[in-house]
Amino acid sequence: MDFGFTAEEQAFREELREFLRQELGPEHKGRTPHDLFSREFSRKLAKKGWLGVGWPKEYGGGGRPYMEQLVYGEEMMRHRAPAGAHILAQNMVGPTLIRIGSEEQKKEYLPKILSGEITFCLGYTEPNAGTDLAACQTTAVLDGDEWVINGSKIFTSFAGQAHYAWMTVRTDPNAPKRHRGLSMFIVDMKTPGITVREMDTMWDYLQYEVFFDDVRVPKTAVVGELNKGWDYLTTALDHERVFMGGTVAQHQRFFEEVVEYAKKTERNGKPLSKDPIIRQKLAQLAIDLEVGRLFAYRVAWLLSNGIVPFSEASITKTFTSELERRLANTAVHIMGPCGTLLEGKRAPYDGYMAWEYKFSLMMAVGGGSNEIERIIIAIAGLGLPRP
Amino acid sequence: MNLDLTEEQEMLRTSARDFLSKECPKTLVRELEEDEKGYSPELWRKMAELGWMGLVLPEEYDGMGMGFMDLVILLQEMGRNILPGPFFCTVVTGSLPILFAGTDEQKKEFLPKVASGELILTLALSEPNALYGAVGVETKAVAQGDSFVINGTKLFVENAHIADCIICVARTKEGSSPEEGITLFLVDAKSPGIKCEVMPTIGADKLCEVVFENVSVPQKNMLGELHNSWPVIEKVLEHATIAKCAEMVGGAEASLDMTLSYVKEREQYGKPIGSFQVIQHYCANMWTKVDTSRSILYLAAWKLAEGLPATMDIAVAKGWINDSYLFVTERAVQCHGAIGTTRDHDIGLYYRRAKSTEVAFGNTDFQKEIVAQQIGL
Repeated sequence: MDFGFTAEEQAFREELREFLRQELGPEHKGRTPHDLFSREFSRKLAKKGWLGVGWPKEYGGGGRPYMEQLVYGEEMMRHRAPAGAHILAQNMVGPTLIRIGSEEQKKEYLPKILSGEITFCLGYTEPNAGTDLAACQTTAVLDGDEWVINGSKIFTSFAGQAHYAWMTVRTDPNAPKRHRGLSMFIVDMKTPGITVREMDTMWDYLQYEVFFDDVRVPKTAVVGELNKGWDYLTTALDHERVFMGGTVAQHQRFFEEVVEYAKKTERNGKPLSKDPIIRQKLAQLAIDLEVGRLFAYRVAWLLSNGIVPFSEASITKTFTSELERRLANTAVHIMGPCGTLLEGKRAPYDGYMAWEYKFSLMMAVGGGSNEIERIIIAIAGLGLPRP
Repeated sequence: MNLDLTEEQEMLRTSARDFLSKECPKTLVRELEEDEKGYSPELWRKMAELGWMGLVLPEEYDGMGMGFMDLVILLQEMGRNILPGPFFCTVVTGSLPILFAGTDEQKKEFLPKVASGELILTLALSEPNALYGAVGVETKAVAQGDSFVINGTKLFVENAHIADCIICVARTKEGSSPEEGITLFLVDAKSPGIKCEVMPTIGADKLCEVVFENVSVPQKNMLGELHNSWPVIEKVLEHATIAKCAEMVGGAEASLDMTLSYVKEREQYGKPIGSFQVIQHYCANMWTKVDTSRSILYLAAWKLAEGLPATMDIAVAKGWINDSYLFVTERAVQCHGAIGTTRDHDIGLYYRRAKSTEVAFGNTDFQKEIVAQQIGL
């Protein structure tokens, strides 16, 4: 057994750090909507060849092994790098197109993703299809040479900025099983009939409702085989899985700031860090972070060995999202009233903790609620019978 | 990075699992809980024949010369099967101090006998005012001619009632710090003046109260340096903590496996209870604890085996695994329902041991304080 990183992995990490420090500065907060989305930053990454780091080289990707993808994810997250303009295209759209897209689609989209020119948004979630994505009600009906789309999507991140939607639509309303009637589409967001409305959520993220009203798209909008959308939605998430592990690095940095605060802030005549209860709380978080980090490494390791870490990825997701909530909760708790300040000179770390307290809601409800993740673990991982 | 076991480790695991499931059924575990000795000499002999007692001892002392990671793999299987007896105290807390601090003569005298299964060792550290620190060590050893005379009371000494030799941690000098003035002695367990009584613990693990009353030990049986042997104990405790974690992870694995089989078979309302979402969530949470515990165990064991600084990793591992083993066994009993609380059911064996191992080598609060220091608080 060997838990160390190779010299190549270390060197890659150093190179990333140097670049991120220069581009973002050491004090980069990365918490406003703008901080999470920067096309300029995405283009800079592209110039370094750092978009599609895990894609095969024949498609212009970096061809980097999973462990290096994990290192990449860790450094991006640790530095709170704005990834909104490229993350979906890099982790989901590109790899799926490489696997099942037509030659035309590959030629059309892959180079533009790699150069940071185009942004995708993810049109899966609907008002009546949250965790249960197969309940998708947005329909596409063939009319001559065109598909006509009607319906709506919700909580669509970056829909207001994106050039394209990567979305599920129902193409066979009569399929015997409802998830067999779904197809994957790429839709140009400039197509007439699309309306985008910004949502107002606690987490200050660029999220939108998207309405489709007789939106006509060409036949070539279909990705892969018709009515196979569910298969594409549930597989080929390797890059996503590895990258997700990097979120622990983001929490680690946040944690270090809380520790720093506890050391330099006095209450009742002594530093917070000398309070035995605070010491126990922070130590518990340090333990949780270490466990989470190690688990992310295991997911990358399994992928490196050709094993699809289906349940392990679900564990990483539930574990890190709940850790994020505990972390934010404890941070504000330790800081007291100052911890609830969103901005101003009395707000520690420019209000990051108060913001994170709100933002930390997202991961445990998004991307498959933790409740369904646990059922996936139980059924797929542990072989328990279906309900 | 390489998170796989070696081929030899996989073989060790498989053979240990086969051997223990055959030679140490739960009927024997229950029997030995009630047994005065608490171990099976026949099973002990067979384990020695497999080379287990000498697994990490160098070949020159008739050991197998394998590494700490191998021992962790073996202990994991022992914990999975709940092996009763003096393996842990003989091999981990017994032979390691001799290996770390013994003279060549002492190593030659004791270690081959450990490897052959002839010798049962144990470590007497804790006292009424001390668990795993030097602060409360009040047992005194006073030089008298070419011997030392030991007086004091030791608690929670594993298997002292069957041990041949007790490694006694004693104070030989009042120093400027609690750690100064600590000396180790290899005490013949049959020495006059030793009184030993088994304490009735929740884990039925034969922890003993040992009273030393004017026990004379020849000077040649001093282990390590006079007054300066606390660092030896620290090093032993580091290894013992992770060794205990290995047992715990094995126990947690077994508890989860038993629970999964049960919830797939047990029917209520006409369905296997494992099809109910709430049970599925319990099981998913249990698996998360088991899987993460295994990873964190191997990381700390690897660091120890490689001689890397591991203080933080050991505390993280024990803290996490303490909580995980407790969580898993408590949920396991819950999933089994009332039948899980009967003496005849195996799950209770694990539930009780989760608590006795949690408090061994530092409970979670203790570990978290170490972590707090390590992150600079």
